[in-house]
Amino acid sequence: MSRYSLFSLLRHSLDYHRGWQRAWRNPQPKRAYDVVIVGGGGHGLATAYYLASECGVANVAVVEKGWLGGGNTGRNTTIVRSNYLWDESARLYDHAVKLWEGLSRELNYNVMFSQRGLLHLAHNVHDMQEIARRGCAIGLNGIDSEFLAPAQVAKMVPFINLHGRYPVLGALLQRRGGTARHDAVAWGYARAADKLGVDIIQNCEVTGFGMERGAVTGVHTERGFIAAGKVGCVVAGHCGVLAQMAGFRLPLESVPLQALVSEPLKPALDCVVMSGSVHAYISQSDKGELVIGAGSDAYNSYSQRGGFDTIEHALGAVVELYPVFSRLKMLRQWGGVVDVTVDRSPLLTKTPVGGLFFNCGWGTGGFKATPGSGHVFAHSIARGEMHPIAAPFSLERFHSGALVDEGAAAAVAH
Amino acid sequence: MTQTRRLAEGGRVQRAKVIRFWFDDKKYEGHPGDTLASALLANGVTLVARSFKYHRPRGIFSAGAEEPNALVQLESGAHTEPNRRATEVELYDGLVARSQNCWPSLRFDFGAVNSRLSRILPAGFYYKTFMWPRAGWMFYEKFIRKAAGLGRAPKQSDPADYDKLHAHCDVLVVGGGPAGLQAACAAGASGARVILADERMEFGGSLPDIAPGDANIGGLPAGEWVARRVRELRRMEEVTLLPRTTVTGFYDGNFLTACERAGERFGPHHHGAKERLWKIRARRVVLACGAIERPLVFADNDRPGVMLAGALRAYINRFGVLPGRRILVLTNHNGGYRAALDAARAGAEVSVVDVRAAPSGATVEAARAAGISILAGHALSAVDYARGRIRGARAMELSEDGRAVHGEARALQCDLIAVSGGWTPAVHLFSQARGQLEYCDAQHCFVPLDASLPDDDARPACAGACRGSFRLAQCLAEGHAAGLAAAAALGFKSGNDAPDLTAAEMHDESDGSALRPLWILPCEHPIGAGPKKHFHELHNDATVADLALAAREGFDAVEHLKRYTTTGMGTDQGKTSNLNALAMLAELRGAPLGELRPPTFRPPYTPLTFGAVVGHERRDLFAQCRTTPMHEWHVKNGAVFEDVGDWKRPYYFPAQGEDMHAAVRRECLAARNAAVLLDASTLGKIDIRGEDAVKLLNMVYTNDWDSLAIGRCRYGLMLNEHGMVFDDGVTTRLGEHHFHMTTTTGGAARVLNHLEEWLQTEWPDCKAYCTSVTEQWAVASLSGPRSRDVLTALCDAPHEVARESFPFMSMREMRVAGIPARVFRVSFTGELAFEINVPARFGAALWRELMRAGEAHGICAYGTEAMHVLRAEKGFIIVGQDTDGSVTPLDLGMGRMISKSKKDFVGKRSLARSDTARAGRKQLVGLLSEDPARVLPEGSHVVEKWSRRRPLKMLGHVSSSYFSPNLGRSIALALVADGFRRKGETLEIAFPRGGHHRAQVAGTVFLDADGARARG
Amino acid sequence: MLLIKCPWCGARDQSEFSCHGEAHIARPENPAALDDAQWGDYVFFRSNPKGLHRERWMHAHGCRRWFNAARDTRSDRILATYKPFESPPKIKDQKSPAEKS
Repeated sequence: MSRYSLFSLLRHSLDYHRGWQRAWRNPQPKRAYDVVIVGGGGHGLATAYYLASECGVANVAVVEKGWLGGGNTGRNTTIVRSNYLWDESARLYDHAVKLWEGLSRELNYNVMFSQRGLLHLAHNVHDMQEIARRGCAIGLNGIDSEFLAPAQVAKMVPFINLHGRYPVLGALLQRRGGTARHDAVAWGYARAADKLGVDIIQNCEVTGFGMERGAVTGVHTERGFIAAGKVGCVVAGHCGVLAQMAGFRLPLESVPLQALVSEPLKPALDCVVMSGSVHAYISQSDKGELVIGAGSDAYNSYSQRGGFDTIEHALGAVVELYPVFSRLKMLRQWGGVVDVTVDRSPLLTKTPVGGLFFNCGWGTGGFKATPGSGHVFAHSIARGEMHPIAAPFSLERFHSGALVDEGAAAAVAH
Repeated sequence: MTQTRRLAEGGRVQRAKVIRFWFDDKKYEGHPGDTLASALLANGVTLVARSFKYHRPRGIFSAGAEEPNALVQLESGAHTEPNRRATEVELYDGLVARSQNCWPSLRFDFGAVNSRLSRILPAGFYYKTFMWPRAGWMFYEKFIRKAAGLGRAPKQSDPADYDKLHAHCDVLVVGGGPAGLQAACAAGASGARVILADERMEFGGSLPDIAPGDANIGGLPAGEWVARRVRELRRMEEVTLLPRTTVTGFYDGNFLTACERAGERFGPHHHGAKERLWKIRARRVVLACGAIERPLVFADNDRPGVMLAGALRAYINRFGVLPGRRILVLTNHNGGYRAALDAARAGAEVSVVDVRAAPSGATVEAARAAGISILAGHALSAVDYARGRIRGARAMELSEDGRAVHGEARALQCDLIAVSGGWTPAVHLFSQARGQLEYCDAQHCFVPLDASLPDDDARPACAGACRGSFRLAQCLAEGHAAGLAAAAALGFKSGNDAPDLTAAEMHDESDGSALRPLWILPCEHPIGAGPKKHFHELHNDATVADLALAAREGFDAVEHLKRYTTTGMGTDQGKTSNLNALAMLAELRGAPLGELRPPTFRPPYTPLTFGAVVGHERRDLFAQCRTTPMHEWHVKNGAVFEDVGDWKRPYYFPAQGEDMHAAVRRECLAARNAAVLLDASTLGKIDIRGEDAVKLLNMVYTNDWDSLAIGRCRYGLMLNEHGMVFDDGVTTRLGEHHFHMTTTTGGAARVLNHLEEWLQTEWPDCKAYCTSVTEQWAVASLSGPRSRDVLTALCDAPHEVARESFPFMSMREMRVAGIPARVFRVSFTGELAFEINVPARFGAALWRELMRAGEAHGICAYGTEAMHVLRAEKGFIIVGQDTDGSVTPLDLGMGRMISKSKKDFVGKRSLARSDTARAGRKQLVGLLSEDPARVLPEGSHVVEKWSRRRPLKMLGHVSSSYFSPNLGRSIALALVADGFRRKGETLEIAFPRGGHHRAQVAGTVFLDADGARARG
Repeated sequence: MLLIKCPWCGARDQSEFSCHGEAHIARPENPAALDDAQWGDYVFFRSNPKGLHRERWMHAHGCRRWFNAARDTRSDRILATYKPFESPPKIKDQKSPAEKS
């Protein structure tokens, strides 16, 4: 398989690009693998890639129910950041950001990781206390963060309304935060994993697990049984369904999360802006579309769609913060299924079934963690013991009470 | 002379009135009834835009919502709007539009260099390069971002108004063509409440696009039939007609959104709503959305002057514009010939290139009879384009399988090429309603599969072209049946006789039966090799070669293909391109088209203005602003406010020349030396009654409530089932079975829901009834050593508030300044204090009286910041500031608040979990900075030893920190790992914005440890 | 946007309601008797089914009463609503037509 570069692009242009090879093979599943990864999204493919590239486990299959990257990897708002409060989260997400920083070169695939900066706005005294606390913790954890005054915010975001119903009092900036091209992440990992011998098997739904004496022996699929000593499940919204097949429950629920894009525009917003009190987050893609995240709908659903009221709220917030955008038009809205835990932190865990690992519960923010998640999960599966960065995110915490509560920390009360 | 392409007669524009408009600073004329597109064409303007990626010159391709090319920047300044489809903008006097995505001008666009580089810019080129050096992408990206995008976002606030409303109806009919009109009439006649929405400026669907006399319905000319139906509908009281209204989304429960372009046609200075969003809940829905013409894809098919054949008919028959003089029609079915006939009749020189070897049928014969030359079995292999216009085209003979051309290229004279490859039903809304599609081999299109939706009230009925029924008579019959059925299912009986729906349409051969299923036409080079481009997707410049490349590289799942080539992701959402892309993919995969599933159609059908979605809910109406009965006084007295939830609370009251620091200092000192007054009306208040009220309190609070005497108050901590503190407050026993609970300001709604949840879903037999009374009571919290003196002056008898008769933590009903009040002797400042509750309507009066009576005692009003300082001096927590959802009562040092005798309360069991019960958790302690003047910034983190090393192990954080004017030093509260055992230790405090300072761990109570002041 | 039939008020727009997760999870009679794992299961673990889900809703901007709904989480169709402590109506967890085809 040829390396991608400007040179290869030029060379292939000579024959009008007829010579490009498949980015990944389309193999038939073998009867057995060392490891089967269920779920061909970013996290699953990354896991397979790092198993092959770092853990010496190349006899790996990724089985995907539909097309790879078709779940939340291809449906998110592409934001990358690591400005988390708790040490455990900061370690995990910054591990990811560090991998993001070299990812295009590592995969030889331009995932368009763009560290255009991410602003987290504060609108009241409580928000200011929250960003001070978080910003301080982030800094002490060795992660970049800066506090901005409203005037500095206005400089970065020229169209922002600082004096709305909830005025902008300040902001927390992570310059290393930004966006990446979501599809490219799945494709880049797939191509790189395939090159290392990983079999990526699309259109192959897992229908059950083979188990013997409390340990997993493989997966039953639409295309037959595939044996494996270790199985990693990385299926986001559908992890509850897989857990049920394996005979246990998980501490999470699957809810719709919606997002939308505007029509493409000439550059109008250079960084990513998030606001908790005026619930909106927004960035502009390289194509020129404003990418806007709406909230999650409050009910369980697997249908990849939600209510219009959620869109109304999101746009209400956008127009409040950026009144000049009220004339822009929503081009497309869509929904994904996100698996949300009570503490808004993921599950990277062993399970009651031996050899069966789960990586899920990323809720509304899994994309940013893709490389880190895959990396520590791969090491955990290979070693049979959770990687130290992954260890705090076990199932066990819901029994012991040692939650990593990113949700509650931002809660408002006075 | 202007309007050189305007026909002398015909069409529905009002020629008598001339209106002026500007495009790229040039002045043109048009008529009412024109769209911007039709007026531009009437003026002979063919080049109107530059394409997204290659900046190729583009013209007007369609006459409706499917337009991929002709996007303009409408108006300027505050009124400017990017990416408007010229085909949908109704012309008004003074309209100003500009071309976009070009610099310096539309004709000479620098960006067109991309077109020259196109050979190295195939689909997805950006994934393969720009990876050097490591962070190089950020550099390249700047240029890519500049080149991408289309129009420009406005830079000024939007002066327009938007309207939004809810509507309910029995039957919503989407689409006002023949099927929709008839459906609305049939349903409306039964008395059902009907809404008929259509995106165009007038009803009739495609009927006005047909030459007058070419279609008759029930013996009437089509135009007359439409006019009668519309008049009939107007007379029906329960029918709402919504022209210019696009139904954009079909959501669950028959909830649909429709956007009415209400005021736009009057120009930007119109008063009244520019757009209006209808949120419609329909009991039944009839979809009569029509169909979108499918283009043929041939070499350089994007040139300005290439247009859909149906659009050509619309411009001739609806707008009275003949956009070309020598028109070439390229088609693969008989329906395409109707455009040729219309163009010939309008005076154009017309020829037809038909990809079929032996076209036959009535329409073809009619064309022959009209002297139109037909070149059968040929495809266009080249378009000659120069200086903004098509100068001709070349045709070559097609091989039998349609995959190649051969022979001599024949030059054809033309200045406009009309293409028709059949019709694609507009199934978008059906698909949004979760309906699935099936491929109809006979019609060569995807049609709704009714059976994919449950057969019940939610299922929309499709009628006419949107379900693949293209003949007029079919449309009418289906519309009628759908309208009747929808009304009948709701119990509305149809009274009228069956109408005469016999339809006679000339050359009604648009049903696809004679269509040759060939849409991608080859040229002399293999597609993609050579300089010519076959654009299957005009908006995003996606070519057939891109599709082939994507498939070659393994992106052959429909969604992969779409994402890799950006097909169907433009502002038109692929209305004219999706099917051709799918057909191409089917061919590449060697699979029948019917086996592929089209990509999911997502709302909205056409782009929906943010402002319309938001409606009135912006500016002052974005979010409610809650104020207390005393608010006006606060404003008058110069309060600075802070937002607490939806509330505006006085933050501090600066006197003349004071900054925040000085004001808070003064307020704090007054609290401990004189008297101060706080507006505490925002505190949540819940009235709880019933014989099991105590039982309820015992379950939701950690402490014991049985022993509380009537008239006494008690502080309570509320946990969630995770065992974490989630609210606190004082609850008072008003009677044997009657309590008054207070909550935090932000927690009021949450606590009420919490109580109701337990009562309604877990303890239905618990006879306790909760009512929110937050807004019923105004609360003035009078505090300070002189507070009793102030209150005494206002009550009927001094003994009422005397120390002996009104002890700490009790409540009395009395009159204060003649106002009936509940006075609580509770204290959040640690001083002698009275919380005076009066019915809300007396709040302002009470406040004034207290301030007046307090004057002699040095009273001052204080805000939340001083309140925070005062309570911190006493070590009182604020839930949400000193707790964060991960803190237990034990962590707060409030173990005494946990009842030993109660078997159970919400959250109790969680406190015993291994991690929750472990030693060394973060615990609330006081901190005293080494330098007493140094206020440790809130959010600072506590570390054992300062160092520059990162990460640095953190022990906890400073949750509250102030300068205490009463103590003359700074004080802080912090959550610190193993904090209780660290008392006396000196730790290092790292500041959020850099810097650090040493502080000693202390207890949380900094003042009056035994509480004598409050008991005062 | 769902149309939800409040058992007390009738059919109303979803925006009037709030959803509160899985129904029919009884609070343990004697929490002290449970070990950490059993207690954790009660507090945090949910069945989260793809298909028939019985869940709690509150008519927050209406009568403020709680009730239960049986809903298919694949199609979001509400199959029944019923009052708390009413025995849940028997509903077969069918495959939705969309999945059959």
